[in-house]
Amino acid sequence: MKKIIITLLFAIVSVHAYASEGGVELETAPIDINDKASLARGAKDFAAYCFSCHSAFFMRYNRIAKDTGMDEAEVRNTFIFTRDKKGDPTKLGDVMKVSMTEDYARQAFNAPVPDLSLTARARGANWLYTYLHSFYMDASRPTGTNNIVFPGVGMPNVLWELQGLQKPVYKTIQHEGRDVEVLDHLELVQPGSMSKEEYDAFATDLTNFMVYLAEPVQAERRSMGWKVLLFLAGFFVLAYMLKKEYWKDVH
Amino acid sequence: MAKNNLLTWIDDRFPLTKLWNEHLAEYYAPKNFNFWYFFGSLALMVLVIQILSGLFLTMHYKPDAASAFASVEYIMRDVPYGWLIRYIHSTGATAFFIVVYLHMLRGLMYGSYKKPRELIWLFGMFIYLALMAEAFMGYLLPWGQMSYWGAQVIISLFGAIPVVGDALTLWIRGDFVISDATLNRFFALHVIALPLVLIFLVVAHILALHEVGSNNPDGVEIKKNKDPVTHIPLDGIPFHPYYTVKDIVGVVVFLFFFATVLFYFPDGGGYFLEHANFIASDPLKTPVHIAPVWYFTPFYAILRAVPDKLMGVGAMGAAIVLLFFMPWIDRCKVKSIRYRSGIYKTNLAVFVVSFVVLGWAAMQPVNETITMISRIFSLLYFSFFIVLYITSKNEVTKPVPDRVTQ
Repeated sequence: MKKIIITLLFAIVSVHAYASEGGVELETAPIDINDKASLARGAKDFAAYCFSCHSAFFMRYNRIAKDTGMDEAEVRNTFIFTRDKKGDPTKLGDVMKVSMTEDYARQAFNAPVPDLSLTARARGANWLYTYLHSFYMDASRPTGTNNIVFPGVGMPNVLWELQGLQKPVYKTIQHEGRDVEVLDHLELVQPGSMSKEEYDAFATDLTNFMVYLAEPVQAERRSMGWKVLLFLAGFFVLAYMLKKEYWKDVH
Repeated sequence: MAKNNLLTWIDDRFPLTKLWNEHLAEYYAPKNFNFWYFFGSLALMVLVIQILSGLFLTMHYKPDAASAFASVEYIMRDVPYGWLIRYIHSTGATAFFIVVYLHMLRGLMYGSYKKPRELIWLFGMFIYLALMAEAFMGYLLPWGQMSYWGAQVIISLFGAIPVVGDALTLWIRGDFVISDATLNRFFALHVIALPLVLIFLVVAHILALHEVGSNNPDGVEIKKNKDPVTHIPLDGIPFHPYYTVKDIVGVVVFLFFFATVLFYFPDGGGYFLEHANFIASDPLKTPVHIAPVWYFTPFYAILRAVPDKLMGVGAMGAAIVLLFFMPWIDRCKVKSIRYRSGIYKTNLAVFVVSFVVLGWAAMQPVNETITMISRIFSLLYFSFFIVLYITSKNEVTKPVPDRVTQ
């Protein structure tokens, strides 16, 4: 019974966490959705490292211009390298498709490449941030790489040039009376072009942009929220005084 | 004068003034309503919010397996203020169940289901049933992973029924799996059939209430003490303006909480809009952990607590059906919890706690401890009805006052 009560207490205080397939503790992504400079940097990183294979099908290019403070020419130069059926450059009002076809993706990666429009809402910011940090060398994989939070990931480590290459370090623990090897941490074996701090900042910007991408309206939503609440607070005073006035003769 | 003439003209042809007086200006409600009496009018308001926001959603939503998921994101991103309408509707679903659960708890506490209000309670229970169907079908429409697999699990429950089970699930889905056919019919039921049923039942619920008059926290009948001249209950006050102005205060407070969720926590930490529902439905990929939305979880926990599927479905059904019989299970003549025994108070408290614990347990991945917890609290849930039936017959109660207390 004691065990039940303790389990109950712990479970009640713990939040409804995003499922992490590897059962790994996630790092906290230090993102700030109102930091437009970070969003603009993240947008450029997204265009450079993700947007060749991953689409963001529910997003329009000009929305990025509207929300991140980048001007339209900048968005065009960063994102748009394709042409529409008529042969004109893809319009800014179009959705963010990629040239890679599903057939090609199946041949290259044995699976279609997922659209990233809503990944941050499905997985959570912390998962994304940890994912970007958790690639490691694994000779057993066709791509030579694996990921702690996404075991058996189909995506090759396209960020190795920046972060460098990591190898897994195992430790032995006792599990049900037997020695079991589990992953302890990742160790940098070949540095990339970025220092750890620089790479953390890169991952933060990219995560920030993807969180924005998953719900572009969120900044507007929050700024509308307090105005509505303020109105309701004022309305409450009036409604309460009206009620008091009417109820004088009841008591 | 022109106004009065117009009113007379209408009243000669339609009972406008009569309806206004019967249901508002001359409907006498007990003057001692407390906090718990806000939730009836709030539930009515949430129904209106859902119908209006739903109306605007249907203008942009596409009930088609190939485009449903994308049309919801289209509403979220491209339709002006579409995100607001969508969040109002999704938050409204949660709000609906919160106010309805509190409204039902009020009924249990003050014995509002007892003679002569059995029919009000029954209409209310049918509203609750229709609301569950409405919410379940609405949750399929965004066509995300949790929409799809949640519906798959719930519909497959009907398959546990002997003999007709498989044919029944096929009939509900309109296909061998959840598919475009299912989505289309759920849309039809969600936007036309069930809202009509709900509105009809709400009208019946209110008509029955206004026929017998409202109960109150003391559980005394105010109609027993009337003014000898005017025949107005001495403890009654006209619903309008007294309770209309009071309910406006309740509405504003409710809207404050509603707007806080809507603007700052629209997905409710994954409880109101589940994370997996931001992935388009995929019949080939089962999510690791399928949990229904929070308002169904107590019953889902009871289902999971029973090892046998058919028995589990039976227990889950019984958990709801038993509530219908409250007016006859509770045999105590005293209505309000204020004048009832400690046994009753404890029993009701245990019932509320088990409902909450069961709701929590169903959200956790299954393991031995969770199963054990679900079993213990399922038994406690059902024991409420048994203990109530046995102890209420000769319950030792406190004296009930003749008039309402303030």
